[in-house]
Amino acid sequence: MVLAMHAPDGFLEPPVAGATALLAMAILGFALRSSTNSYDDRSIPLAGVSAAFVFAAQMVNFPVAAGTTGHLMGGALAAILLGPRMGAIVVAIVVAVQALLFADGGLTALGYNTINMAIVPAFGGWAAFRGFQRLFPRSRTGVTGAASLASGVSVVLGAMAFSLQWLFGASSPVAFDTVFGAVVGVHILIGIGEGLITGLVVAAVLTTRPDVVAGAADLNPSELGSGRHVTARTFAIAGTLVALTVAMVLSQFSAGSPDGLERVAETEGLSSQAEPHPLAGSIFADYATQGIANETASLAIAGASGAILTLVVGWGIADGPRRWAARTTS
Amino acid sequence: MSPHHGFTHIHLHVHGTSAVHRLVPEAKLAGLLAFVLVVALTPRTWVLAFVGYLLIAIGVATLAGLRVPLMLRRLTAIIPFLLFALLLPFFSGPPTADLGPLEMSREGLWSAWNIVAKATLGAAASIVLTATTPIPDVLTGLSRLRVPAVLVGIVAFMFRYLDLIMDDLSRMRRAMAARAYEPRRPWQLGPTAASLGALFARTFERGERIHRAMVARGFEGSMPMLDSSKVGTTRDWVSAMTPALLAAVSATGGGWT
Repeated sequence: MVLAMHAPDGFLEPPVAGATALLAMAILGFALRSSTNSYDDRSIPLAGVSAAFVFAAQMVNFPVAAGTTGHLMGGALAAILLGPRMGAIVVAIVVAVQALLFADGGLTALGYNTINMAIVPAFGGWAAFRGFQRLFPRSRTGVTGAASLASGVSVVLGAMAFSLQWLFGASSPVAFDTVFGAVVGVHILIGIGEGLITGLVVAAVLTTRPDVVAGAADLNPSELGSGRHVTARTFAIAGTLVALTVAMVLSQFSAGSPDGLERVAETEGLSSQAEPHPLAGSIFADYATQGIANETASLAIAGASGAILTLVVGWGIADGPRRWAARTTS
Repeated sequence: MSPHHGFTHIHLHVHGTSAVHRLVPEAKLAGLLAFVLVVALTPRTWVLAFVGYLLIAIGVATLAGLRVPLMLRRLTAIIPFLLFALLLPFFSGPPTADLGPLEMSREGLWSAWNIVAKATLGAAASIVLTATTPIPDVLTGLSRLRVPAVLVGIVAFMFRYLDLIMDDLSRMRRAMAARAYEPRRPWQLGPTAASLGALFARTFERGERIHRAMVARGFEGSMPMLDSSKVGTTRDWVSAMTPALLAAVSATGGGWT
């Protein structure tokens, strides 16, 4: 479900589309003004070729955790390589060009698409990156690890931003809980792939041109030269563990805040759904496991089981037919 | 040829000399935006209005000489969203509509219709624009519509170097495939990611070389815009706005609940 991203016309209601468009323009205008001041006259050609790079990188399909292929979204990667403001501008340009010229995402959906794919991942990813950097040693491995985690988080943040917009401008009465659970859940998986590939890409750039990585600008050469070599396998295992942890933490959040948000929406007369969900009787209904008294533990188990279940189902869907095809052709 | 070529701008433009092709780009861009806005703002229950929009879109595409297979092929970009839209009637609360053996929600059916109709019309309109307007003209149009010169400059650079970077990428991928690298599992991703890292470093270095070459030719931070195409007349603007105006007429006439 890349649904939350590249949404077409009519996906959210016009007021939300208009409001997000104004917000996106204001933020990008600020970013443009401040980054063209601080950058020298190199900013236009460098941003241009970087946009072409993001465009090209988005077309590289790679196997994600579920066995299906995914592709890089690049919001956090652009921010870590170019700095958050330039990163947001570059990815926003890619998103806008895709909508205008490739019919990939609606023109009237550009406001929320830019926020969810460029602005939130770039600024949120950068903030997360700086936060994680404090937890890691000042070395190449530290930068790589922080980049990896931050880009995974940035995808989930984008999905959460979409859920929030859905709350205020849903074009259909699908409950916020359902949308939040589905969109954020799936984007945790997408986040593993994004984190994995972003970390490895940043590591590769750090070995050849450490000076161009904005996120490593404050490290001196000896710090950059230190650090262990991390293999893709370590990344994959660590990524899965992190995703499970995030799922457990997020499930706590999803039990509390959305209710609050929904209450706000209802008092404002924005929420159109009040009927119980058809799966309300399931054992994981409302993101809690029935029969487990401790609320925190029960939410965590529900969250982790959800992530594992999605992983297994996804793997089965992608892997089953391929193995079957391999058997029948050989 | 690399499989990536199909995505780049080389094949976006369809040669022709139709009235749609000849319109000045800034009027065409404004017309596209106006049409898409009218479509997006139409309440979902005005079904007849959407029928009118579809006829307008088909009319413009026919006038531009665009063939049905081309339109359909490019419209495949929105298929994932159409699939999502088809799921909506089943997840939108209690079933209130009965269609044979299927039980679904009436509200959900309207939402599905809303997304399918607006997404298809919006995408079709964009496809007509790109098929009839070369990229340099789109850039001219954008800058004449007062899009900041920095942004237009960045987009211009992006398109100028996109094919070179794509070719770089496909050479790397071919070299890896020739060495029997075919990733199937996430932990086999190392080389793919390393190639992207190398691609970024190369791209950035290309950007630095381009910048030095520009400075050597007198670049001082602002982009000179080549503005060779003709300036739009009132007639251009009227023709470009016709689809949106017809759509507005269709909306007022088609307010059917």
